[in-house]
Amino acid sequence: MQLIACPWCGPREEVEFHYGGQAHVPYPESPAELSDEEWAHYVFFRDNPKGRFAERWNHSAGCRRWFNAIRDTATYRFESVYRLDEPKPVTP
Amino acid sequence: MAELLRTHPLEGWRTAFERLPDTVRIAVEPFVAMVDVRLGTVGAEASAALGVDLPTAPNTWVPAGTGRAVWLGPDEWLLSSTTETPEELEARVRAAVVGLGGSATDVSAQRIGLRLTGARVRDVLAKGCSIDLHPRVFGRGSSAQTALGQAGVVLLALSDAADDVLVLVRSSFAGYLADWLLDAALEFTSTPND
Repeated sequence: MQLIACPWCGPREEVEFHYGGQAHVPYPESPAELSDEEWAHYVFFRDNPKGRFAERWNHSAGCRRWFNAIRDTATYRFESVYRLDEPKPVTP
Repeated sequence: MAELLRTHPLEGWRTAFERLPDTVRIAVEPFVAMVDVRLGTVGAEASAALGVDLPTAPNTWVPAGTGRAVWLGPDEWLLSSTTETPEELEARVRAAVVGLGGSATDVSAQRIGLRLTGARVRDVLAKGCSIDLHPRVFGRGSSAQTALGQAGVVLLALSDAADDVLVLVRSSFAGYLADWLLDAALEFTSTPND
């Protein structure tokens, strides 16, 4: 089974984790001024790259904390994990 | 009205546990008071108020008076006490942390403890737990929140030889986990025909 490295608990089996979708989706600065179409884009529209993707993950069976990870969607390889207050790592 | 007696969820497993060999002993721990503490910043102030240095290293526990303080998250701990009632412990801990912006909640009824002792404990746990429980990395003072079988558990290492482990499991999962442990220990149990 694939291991995912929780930034707090260390490497754990993937079944302990819960997927949280794309990371770094900013909340609209002035939500009241958004049109329905812009809301739809904020709520539902996500990137779907083949390759490196910044995602949110939750260690639901362990420390129950959210963290971010850079994962390759083609190979499933986790390239790095980082806490929510850490900046997105620059990958080559 | 009939009196409501507090019964242990594993009352019915007592005889099955007694039949286990010395290499895998399972003892049902008596009820203890447990409090879930949320606290943002841990410093000397919190230590002085609580009377214990809350562990900040992930996956560790420290003795705290008659009980233990277990790391559950970067801002979350589980405090237990064998001498105080749940209400007393909650009131004491709440008074200590509320001034520091923290909170304390009585979770005594959430989990029960199973103490596993014996030379084969690590082999039994390895049947349903992917955590490395080798004494080299899981000595006394280590803890882990993980899954054992299909149940979420907190494992606490009570010895440096990995032959004494306390398993905290949710009360509603206790029966399942007890059956699972008995099945896992079957290999190390002698049969009546031996």
